[in-house]
Amino acid sequence: MHDLTNAFAETFGLLVSLDADLLEIVGLSLWVSGLAVLIAGLIGVPLGALVAVARFPGRWAVVVLLNAMMGLPPVVVGLAVYLLLSRAGPLGPLGILYTPTAMVIAQAILVLPIVAALSRQTIEDMKLEYEDQLRVFGMGPRGMISTLIWDARYSLMTALLAGFGRAVAEVGAVIIVGGNINHVTRVMTTTIALETSKGNLAFAMALGLVLVTIVTAVNALVFSLRHTATRSAYA
Amino acid sequence: MISDGRLKSAAIAIGVAMGLMNAPAAAGDFIVVQSTTSTQNSGLLDAILPLFTAKTGTEVRVVAVGTGQAIKNAANCDGDVLLVHAKDDEEAFVADGGGVERFDVMYNDFVIVGPDRDPAKIAGRDVEHALRMIAEAEAPFASRGDESGTHKKERTLWRDAGIDPAAASGAWYRETGSGMGATINIAVGMDAYALTDRATWIAHENKAGLRILVEGDDRLFNQYGMILVSPERCPTVKAEAGQALIDWLLGEGQAAIAAYRVAGQQLFFPNAAGSM
Amino acid sequence: MLERGNLSIAGLAFEEARPEVRPVIGQNIRIARGARLLLDVEELIVSGSGVTVLMGPNGAGKSLLLRCLANLVAPDSGTITWGGCPPDRARAARLGFVFQRPVLLRRSARANIRHALRAAGVSRAEAAARADQALAAARLSHLSRMPARMLSGGEQQRLAIARALALRPECLFLDEPTANLDPASVAAIEATVIAAGRSGTKVLFVTHDAAQARRIATDILFMHEGQILERRDATSFFDVPKSAAARAFLAGDLVSEAGTDLDGAFGSGA
Repeated sequence: MHDLTNAFAETFGLLVSLDADLLEIVGLSLWVSGLAVLIAGLIGVPLGALVAVARFPGRWAVVVLLNAMMGLPPVVVGLAVYLLLSRAGPLGPLGILYTPTAMVIAQAILVLPIVAALSRQTIEDMKLEYEDQLRVFGMGPRGMISTLIWDARYSLMTALLAGFGRAVAEVGAVIIVGGNINHVTRVMTTTIALETSKGNLAFAMALGLVLVTIVTAVNALVFSLRHTATRSAYA
Repeated sequence: MISDGRLKSAAIAIGVAMGLMNAPAAAGDFIVVQSTTSTQNSGLLDAILPLFTAKTGTEVRVVAVGTGQAIKNAANCDGDVLLVHAKDDEEAFVADGGGVERFDVMYNDFVIVGPDRDPAKIAGRDVEHALRMIAEAEAPFASRGDESGTHKKERTLWRDAGIDPAAASGAWYRETGSGMGATINIAVGMDAYALTDRATWIAHENKAGLRILVEGDDRLFNQYGMILVSPERCPTVKAEAGQALIDWLLGEGQAAIAAYRVAGQQLFFPNAAGSM
Repeated sequence: MLERGNLSIAGLAFEEARPEVRPVIGQNIRIARGARLLLDVEELIVSGSGVTVLMGPNGAGKSLLLRCLANLVAPDSGTITWGGCPPDRARAARLGFVFQRPVLLRRSARANIRHALRAAGVSRAEAAARADQALAAARLSHLSRMPARMLSGGEQQRLAIARALALRPECLFLDEPTANLDPASVAAIEATVIAAGRSGTKVLFVTHDAAQARRIATDILFMHEGQILERRDATSFFDVPKSAAARAFLAGDLVSEAGTDLDGAFGSGA
């Protein structure tokens, strides 16, 4: 109880002071997770759309696999990426272990199935409505995919948002491939883990509340975008 | 592992592209030190490494994990310098060709902490006696359980006391599988005893209801060693900068180690060969 | 592509281009669901121009036949040909289709038309110009920038038809396009459809509203129980319907819900 009360006081202090170290950590968190979601989106949305539109043998297996991979444990992804990027691993020559790039890669892999699976669902639902009309236009799979992606753009934001929420909140993958190096790869979640292990529970909790505040703000932003879209019947 | 030249250049091209995304990462020379949670959680490295950076311009990036993982990472060439505390494993690592040479850097000591009311009545006793009484009373004991230096030390102490706590795993012997700080947090939550290095304990904020019960025993000595990862085994190792850090810590840095205090207490005691 | 190029230069003179999908021919089309035969059409040739109304009670198979001809539904057996060859994607845009509930993209009214034109291979500049023309012709210019899905029901259907016509189709299929619309929209759509039929497009219009059929049809296909019972010019059909089903349908037409019951009665007798 005591630490919890302190946490609220500290959170307020943190938010008011805008401490430079805190800003750096928050900035890196948003940068890494944002970039990871961007990459996952560039791959995952078309992939989800392809699975939604294309008819090929084993499609159901791909759908099941994508849905299952939504629950990939971050620590497993982190470990796999570590083994790839380690100097002793196949991508060792890149020398990007313990850099934000490694963290972006790990989180992009973590988020990709979420974005792809949710995109597939969204686009498949919209396809039910659009398919006949698009066929009448003479569109093939390629045209259908691009039309559906554009028309589902506001719904797809929710998929990206779910991915972002997952990325920015995970610690298991980034702490392994980033190493939680001060001023280099330290993000909000790894800082929270570190401060917890140092016994700074109130401070760790305060950081947690800052994280929740930021995630809430991002959600609010996207929600208001979608809300505007719904009013103009684009969503 | 990559022998195909084209694959390698493709990999480098990807690396260059990735580098573009790397904006927030600091530029310039840096080395990676694989170290333990105790050196980081206690604040020691954050306090003394900027002195080295100021002098040499080399940034030091610390990856703080358990000793076991630190040595494993170094064996994978994912670091330039090791700073850990498990002498046998360190010597094995050097003998194996993974490292160049091992140096003593500093020591601190371990203490047994436990609940203030001390249900097993171990306060002030020697380590062997204390551990036997904990086992006899079946009082909860929180162990790291993570193959870290501290964990290995703890197992040695149990063995010397003639007790196999693994038999009581899950009963009064609780293996947390976590870092030192996390294990102390768990001990606090369970009113358990725990073996911890003094540095982590002093710097740890969440001590609620726990205090040091056993200390000062010779067997609780905790030696830290430093090793340059072998540039022969790992061509990517920045040998020069890494050796510079080792030289500095064994020389000038010794005074900085001695000067580092938390709550007025010295946490680490320099004992490099030259400075003794 | 060459023909399409000529089309765009020639404006309304698309009759001059070599037809690509006409005649649309269905032969021995059968679709069954279990023991029930939903569609059983020996031969149907859709060619020339003018408005053919495909009429009959609910469940007669009108929509299903229309979808088969447009290559949206594959029949259990039988063949569909467009201009002598099996249907293919490249020529799909030459056959326009308007659904009962318009499927509008989540874009502006203008972008809806432009996107359809772009998909059919029309250049960016020309697509923009033709979209504006189509909106003007449909008297929807003032709604050009509105999100299509914010338009009223009648406006949405008029936009869907304008979009189909902007592609300058040889054939335009409409599947009960005026169901549930206000009288003014119905009138506007009927006028558009008649005009399209007169200017060379072959219109195939599904309705179960006999009054509407009287207003727009040049000829009638009367369907019942999956079969085409009558094919005649409109005037003679309405004067003297030959089949019992058509007579019953026209007599009971004022009770629009009767279709389903009728359907059931004939089903058991067949």
